Amino acid sequence: MLRYLLNKIALLIPTLVGITICAFAFVRLLPGDPILAMAGEHGVAPARYEELKEQFGFNLPIWEQYARYVGEVATGDFGVSISSKRPVLEEFKTLFPATLELSFFAMVFAMVIGIPAGIFAAVKRGSWFDQSLMGTALVGYSMPIFWWGLLLIIFFSGYLGWTPVSGRIGLQFFFKPITGFMTIDSLLYGKWDAFRSALSHLVLPAIVLGTIPLAVIARQTRSAMLEVLGEDYVRTARAKGLSAARVIGVHALRNALIPVVTTIGLQVGTLLAGAILTETIFAWPGIGKWMVDSIFKRDYVVVQSGLLLIALIVMAVNLIVDVLYAVINPRIRAA
Amino acid sequence: MSQTEIAPMAAGSPDRLTGLKTFWHYFSVNRGAVIGLFVFILLVLAALFAPLLAPYAPDIQDKTAFLRPPAWQQGGSTQYLLGTDPVGRDILSRLLYGARFSLLIGAVVVTLALTGGITLGLLAGYFRGWVDVAIMRVMDLILAFPSLLLALVLVTILGPGLFNAMLAIALVLQPHFARLVRAAVMAEKSREYVVAAKVAGAGHLRLMLATILPNCLAPLIVQGTLSFSNAILEAAALGFLGLGAQPPTPEWGTMLASAREFILRAWWVVTFPGLAILITVLAINLIGDGLRDALDPKLRRS
Repeated sequence: MLRYLLNKIALLIPTLVGITICAFAFVRLLPGDPILAMAGEHGVAPARYEELKEQFGFNLPIWEQYARYVGEVATGDFGVSISSKRPVLEEFKTLFPATLELSFFAMVFAMVIGIPAGIFAAVKRGSWFDQSLMGTALVGYSMPIFWWGLLLIIFFSGYLGWTPVSGRIGLQFFFKPITGFMTIDSLLYGKWDAFRSALSHLVLPAIVLGTIPLAVIARQTRSAMLEVLGEDYVRTARAKGLSAARVIGVHALRNALIPVVTTIGLQVGTLLAGAILTETIFAWPGIGKWMVDSIFKRDYVVVQSGLLLIALIVMAVNLIVDVLYAVINPRIRAA
Repeated sequence: MSQTEIAPMAAGSPDRLTGLKTFWHYFSVNRGAVIGLFVFILLVLAALFAPLLAPYAPDIQDKTAFLRPPAWQQGGSTQYLLGTDPVGRDILSRLLYGARFSLLIGAVVVTLALTGGITLGLLAGYFRGWVDVAIMRVMDLILAFPSLLLALVLVTILGPGLFNAMLAIALVLQPHFARLVRAAVMAEKSREYVVAAKVAGAGHLRLMLATILPNCLAPLIVQGTLSFSNAILEAAALGFLGLGAQPPTPEWGTMLASAREFILRAWWVVTFPGLAILITVLAINLIGDGLRDALDPKLRRS
């Protein structure tokens, strides 16, 4: 197992190097002078320009610049945002919990509906439920989620007036973050109305972000389940006279869930890409909106480090999924 | 396959014809796929004949009719069937012209991604060794970033606009093709027909392009269809974020972006462009499912 893990990590090293090269190259590939580009619309005075050039090391040979960049990143120095003058890592730490909370609830939404629906569709294969579920899943999979979000706002916020249009929590609530998760923090402070407010802000974005994963999980669960239901051991279990619920719930489901777990893990990239759109629509203060805003503010230090940090997160999650997969399925370890 | 070669050939090329027939047989079993194909053909026709079908030019503004609701709603008129946008342009006309952009985006992106992916995949799978390692590491790297984020960053470098958005999306989608071709080439490379061609003296280029590639086409076609719809979605997302096609281009995502501030006042400016995206993407995905059923028995949907 340890060997498998080390092997996996070794394979990630080239990707890791590549990610840092991409982030490093980003600022240098921007059209025009990188310092002027990073300074944005305000521009810089000539003296300050030389100072910045020195500070960023743009007068050094390119490989030395890269070595310097890697050194900075390795020690946790991700630069300072040009627009807010705060360290990028600090901004990231305050914004990331918002994205994490949103993604978590989106995934819970997708799994709680997707897995049972997929199982049921597989068991009742060919029924009207199966057909309409697969049809709906394809619609969900084809959904432009930025539009879906707007539709939900029109209906639930505009027409019914049930949910707020944007933000994470009502403006009247303010407390010092403990975990950074509004739903948990409000409970820790024992404020029920704040918790309700946080939850009502969360519902629509979570549904929007969870829609594509829901469609993917439902389809994947169905096909994994169908495959397993045809296996010999399921027939044996049936022949032994076990109840249908036990055969499906224990014998079939356990094995069917292995590919589903992988699918769920692989949705992380989709979730982060979706978060860019979802957070923009709902003004959700997470890293997706942060990236888009920074692009428009031309705060390229943030874009550069955000790109790096997000890629590192995706990489880490994929590694965890790989390892978990090997833990559930011993056959993988040997390969 | 070898059976047909032994059997005596009739006049003409019945081989290809029966191939098409079997294909259509499997494809048409899938009702959804046929519906998808039908919708897609309608879309192509709408795009081709937009100037004839559209009641107005896409950028003409009627200063007396801002945010006019659709015909069936109170305040609407048959003059503007689907209503008008905040500057008085006919939404139906803009949607019809928008079909041109979406289909163009899909076609260009898939062509670029296919060309790049096939070239890299063939090289990697055929030569293996360091060529393979180098190419596939770069592909892994591209896949390490969430696709929309990478496209956003690329567009930031290249500058916003429809063409740059297409380039960025093609680059992001391309690794899927490269991986697919590489895997198929590796599987086919040691087959007898390839060895036979090699013994017969075929060069590298001929072996790659004429011998191996045609036998890897089925999964590529399926992936190409799915990428077509993906490209439309991602381009619309970039347009929506303001980094794709720029206003006043009647691209559907861009139309949504400019309609955003009116969502609570005029539902139709938001609903119709999004519906157009959804219908197009759904139709193409339905075709993709049908193609998978028809072309690749291994991938067949249970």
